[in-house]
Amino acid sequence: MPNHEKSAEHHVVPKRIYFGVFFALVVLTWVTTYVSTIDLGRWNIFVALAIAIFKASLVALFFMHVFYSARLTKMIVTAAIFWLTLLLFITMADFWTRGWMGVPGR
Amino acid sequence: MIAATPPTEIKKNFFNQKQGLASWLLTYDHKRIAILYLLGVTFFFAIGGIFAALIRLELATPAGDLVDSNTYNKFFTMHGIIMVFLFLIPSIPAVFGNFLIPLMIGAKDVAFPRLNLLSWYIYMIGGLFIITVLLMGGVDTGWTFYTPFSTSYSNGYVVAAGMGIFIAGFSSILTGLNFIVTIHRMRAPGLTWFRLPLFIWAHYATSMIQVLGTPVIAVTLFLLVLERGLHIGFFDPAYGGDPVLFQHMFWFYSHPAVYIMILPSMGVVTEIITTFSSKKPFGYTFIAFSSVAIAVFGFIVWGHHLFVSGQSAYAGMVFSVLSYIVAIPSAIKVFNWTATMYKGAVRLTTPMLYALGFIGLFTIGGLTGLFLASLGMDVHLTDTYFVVAHFHYVMVGGAIMGFLGGIHYWWPKIFGKMYNEGWSKISAVIIFIGFNLTFFPQFLLGYMGMPRRYHVYPPEFQVLNVLSSAGASVLAIGYLIPFCYLLYSLKYGPDAPPNPWGATTLEWKTQSPPITQNFEVTPVVTQEAYTYTTEEVVHVG
Amino acid sequence: MDSETVVAPSAAGAPPQHGHVEHHFEDASQQKDAATVGMWVFLVTEVMFFGGLFLAYFAYRQAYPVAFASASNNTNLLIGAANTTVLICSSLTMALAVHFAAIGKKNLIVLFLILTLLLGGTFLSVKAYEYHDKWVKHEVPGYNFDCRTDTGAPCADAAHTPLFFSLYFGMTGLHAMHMIVGVGILLFLITQARKGRYTPAWHTPVELFGLYWHFVDIVWIFLFPLLYLIDRSAMPK
Repeated sequence: MPNHEKSAEHHVVPKRIYFGVFFALVVLTWVTTYVSTIDLGRWNIFVALAIAIFKASLVALFFMHVFYSARLTKMIVTAAIFWLTLLLFITMADFWTRGWMGVPGR
Repeated sequence: MIAATPPTEIKKNFFNQKQGLASWLLTYDHKRIAILYLLGVTFFFAIGGIFAALIRLELATPAGDLVDSNTYNKFFTMHGIIMVFLFLIPSIPAVFGNFLIPLMIGAKDVAFPRLNLLSWYIYMIGGLFIITVLLMGGVDTGWTFYTPFSTSYSNGYVVAAGMGIFIAGFSSILTGLNFIVTIHRMRAPGLTWFRLPLFIWAHYATSMIQVLGTPVIAVTLFLLVLERGLHIGFFDPAYGGDPVLFQHMFWFYSHPAVYIMILPSMGVVTEIITTFSSKKPFGYTFIAFSSVAIAVFGFIVWGHHLFVSGQSAYAGMVFSVLSYIVAIPSAIKVFNWTATMYKGAVRLTTPMLYALGFIGLFTIGGLTGLFLASLGMDVHLTDTYFVVAHFHYVMVGGAIMGFLGGIHYWWPKIFGKMYNEGWSKISAVIIFIGFNLTFFPQFLLGYMGMPRRYHVYPPEFQVLNVLSSAGASVLAIGYLIPFCYLLYSLKYGPDAPPNPWGATTLEWKTQSPPITQNFEVTPVVTQEAYTYTTEEVVHVG
Repeated sequence: MDSETVVAPSAAGAPPQHGHVEHHFEDASQQKDAATVGMWVFLVTEVMFFGGLFLAYFAYRQAYPVAFASASNNTNLLIGAANTTVLICSSLTMALAVHFAAIGKKNLIVLFLILTLLLGGTFLSVKAYEYHDKWVKHEVPGYNFDCRTDTGAPCADAAHTPLFFSLYFGMTGLHAMHMIVGVGILLFLITQARKGRYTPAWHTPVELFGLYWHFVDIVWIFLFPLLYLIDRSAMPK
């Protein structure tokens, strides 16, 4: 069968990688918790989301083996992120620009 | 069905290899599931059609003499919901996609046969919800379910209808998922991406939309149901909720959903045109990538449904420009189909008539879409019959012409019987005339300012409305004729050879109707699709 | 259907399989590939499904920052962080369960699946406690809704706080529903693993469930900052 693309190869990831990722995730959880007690003004949301994105990437890349996966899997993950971004950013662009015209209701 | 073939020996095929009702209701065979879907979508098409007839009947006169406005609201809502969610979206993918994708790629079945059967049951359960709503008294929100009317004021069965669409949506998701995996992982040896029939590319693009878009409407309806049922405010202006947000979420799916309807139809038309021109499609890669491009661009234009809804003027401008972009891949396809026929040996068979009808009607539907995409023009035309005419040219003139073209093209393959060419050509012409008579006057009505969704109108619009209603009855007759001669052919039609049209794709290399496992031996593909001179696919043992 | 399968020529020479290869696949590797791709595509639909809720969250946070900041102070920071840690632990145990399935340690598969189940159960219990707490404090949107700070004063921009709590319950509720489904599947996997069904050659269910479980973890990794953390300290106590 389609012998050209082989996904899901048996790549046994060493256990220490799992423990390393786990350690990083726990530390980052408490870092972000601590940071939330400091008011960074408009950066609050960016810092919290940056840490969350980093944590999520760790889970996806190592726990979910995306790092070791076939190109197709990486493409599927990219597509998900891309379309989520479309949904969020295009819609938010409407909300961000509502006030620009200075005409009520526009 | 097959039993009528008189003296000749009855060949083994997927109809007679197993028998009995249970063998159908528990089948994992993609071909049988396709036929189950065919029965389902035909049923819902008939129901949706009855509501269309009622709408046109009411609009034959300016006064509201048949029904009151509340009932009329329910008519067009039920017409929209049933036609969009229970007919158009599953029609071509779930019937022809299911039947043909494994055959065209030389596989024994789709990747997940059980999931495939499950998706049919989910579809039927969703349909059951809608039928229940219908019997209890209907919904009056329009198929768009706009808040806050749907959440706070409507006196129809919004929750049940929302649940029905939510459930039917999962059927669409599972179908798309199944197709994506099937096309990626089940292709016959040697069948590389650029050897695939263009029907497959179109379905791949469709599946992308189903998988990426449908979950968003699912969650939107979920929130809608929560808000109406439990009074948890998500879109409720009383708590500062924004109904425009609902519209964004709704159209993030529902605009691409138009491409769920039209892309498979384009795939069908591509197959028909290349076969009946006996010529390679002009610009294979352009057609293939334009399908994917439509799927991607289709996701960034939804805001053109919100031009007068209170979204920011700047978003309106950007969406207006982006909407024009979809015209590019659509036009590429129209040009390529035309160029394919140029200097080809064109045979005007019934499927070809539908395909030609598709090109003409889709072009009108697409070009009027450009009027609506331009911000200033749309302010004038929003919620008029111009919009109604436009999307019927795309959905009926496009999707249903493709569906009927596909039925006539693959009928010999699916059922192993030939239908009557004379009748089928007559009905194709009747449908084309009836369609234009129904919907072309609506462009004029809309331009003159007749709003949609009203059961009464000023007397000066009557002439065009009567024309439209007359066209609708012609169209109805046009739809009934195929129903008769196709059913007739099942019993009395001559047996179909494996490849009655001289087509080149893999489904024509196996017998008609195919055996349960599709091919006696897995085919090996050694050349590009649509090679009409030296037709060969080497079978290896 | 299986009985009438015609053995495809290429499958004839394939090594003996585990007996799990269905008739329409050529071999076990194609079957496994298909299942894996299918799972990933399913997760894409899940991303878009939650995406709608995230969109609603961002839209309303942008519109009513004060209401969201004050309402997020009514979540319990320590419980949230601790529960996040519990979920991360369960992701680790799940990853290890898959790891041991791949190298064929039957008892360790069972052990780590059970640990995952226990941690998942802990998370859900804590969540239930938090829901109860919100119920008692009238923070469930609907009738009798009342958002108050620790001092008993009404929340800032209290009129718009129901949106925050609607989203809170919508998002965490949907997440919890995914967890409950996951717990159900875990119970099934544990019974199968005890019977020794999963081998290095075939443990696709464990592997695919792992993907699902990690995905649910990722959703929470975003829900935690969105609902508990952002702008929390921006409000004067």
